[in-house]
Amino acid sequence: MRQPLLALLAKEPAHGYELKLALEQTFGQAYPSPNIGQVYVTLKRLEQDGLVRSQDVEQTTRPNKRVYELTPAGREALSAWVDEPSDGPRIRDDFFVKLILAPLAGLADRMALMNKQRRHYLSLIRRLTELQADTDPADTTARLLIEGAVLHLQADLDWLERCQEELV
Amino acid sequence: MSRAMPKGSPWPPARSADSQVLLRTAKLAKTYRTDGVPVEAVRGVDIELGIGEFVAVMGPSGSGKSTLLHVLAGLEPATSGEIWLRGERVDGLSTAGWAILRRRHIGFVFQFFNLLSNMTVADNVELPALLAGAGARQARNRREELLAELGLTDKATAAPARLSGGEQQRVALARALANEPSLLLADEPTGNLDSSNTRDVLRLLRRTHDSGQAILMVTHDARVASLADRVINLFDGMVADDAKIVPIPRGVNGVRDVLELRG
Repeated sequence: MRQPLLALLAKEPAHGYELKLALEQTFGQAYPSPNIGQVYVTLKRLEQDGLVRSQDVEQTTRPNKRVYELTPAGREALSAWVDEPSDGPRIRDDFFVKLILAPLAGLADRMALMNKQRRHYLSLIRRLTELQADTDPADTTARLLIEGAVLHLQADLDWLERCQEELV
Repeated sequence: MSRAMPKGSPWPPARSADSQVLLRTAKLAKTYRTDGVPVEAVRGVDIELGIGEFVAVMGPSGSGKSTLLHVLAGLEPATSGEIWLRGERVDGLSTAGWAILRRRHIGFVFQFFNLLSNMTVADNVELPALLAGAGARQARNRREELLAELGLTDKATAAPARLSGGEQQRVALARALANEPSLLLADEPTGNLDSSNTRDVLRLLRRTHDSGQAILMVTHDARVASLADRVINLFDGMVADDAKIVPIPRGVNGVRDVLELRG
């Protein structure tokens, strides 16, 4: 969650809880709600790396809040992240490693592994379809995120079929 | 997990079987001969379909999915093995016997619709009821009801060729459902449809399922298959997998992992 926090801070300085809310708002209901502890830990690390800095702002009726802002190094790191093309998902697929290694170790046979994995993908697609149906049609970000996940899973299923054809 | 049927033990005689079972096969096989060369498309398939159950059949091209469906509908004869429908053995039926069985109990949806091009939409949907011996008025009522349900009332007098692919598939579905079959066999029913038409067809299939009719559907479309109660995977003409799709409870990590942003 480093880059999303940097990107939000590039817009304006904010404190931890505001960043959590902004993430939720931006990504809509499809995005898993970020854990506030995780937000604070990430901010602390970003500060240690010199990418953000913070100062305490006094509040009259509440404890002080710590407001974070982007440093020039942070802005540079953010630009570098935006500029570089992103890796395709799951280039080193955990399932594939399992599929190749488990039979060698006598732990499982390939057909059983593939069958189990196929059913798991289908369950995920079903769940995502439900999630899509529950999503506000106006929430474009969430809808696209879910659709992307489904398309990836469909590709995984196609690839599983190829594995089945070649390996069994 | 494969639900292997006990080998060597014949199926119980007709009617003594589990009353919840609508369809089952034992060692079902189909061998084609092309230029004298035997091609074993289906090789010893044992499957079971419960009353009202929705089962998807998946598998690579050439794994025997469509052949299996055609044999189960009696559109092609089995080479060996048994087919039991509603507790009766049907694999030995004559062509005419199968035709009667289909009219009464089996609806079939083809990937390429197969509507009768020289008849109107309305006649295409009415024909099965008339063939099954329904009166003209009864057939018309059922047709009107189905077309209304499918949003096709205003297309009743059109020729099928004037309809879009999605509309033709809905008409094909209406025709298959005209006699309220206890078993609907569908061969890639969304294979040639865009996503919005796929949704329409799925909605209808779900309604069919909800009304207690069983569906056995060959599909490549994972979204469609994911809605089934169970998935059978065919490979090389044999059942490689046959198990329920276990729904993931809401809010469980599996979905979150898929959606998790990277970085």
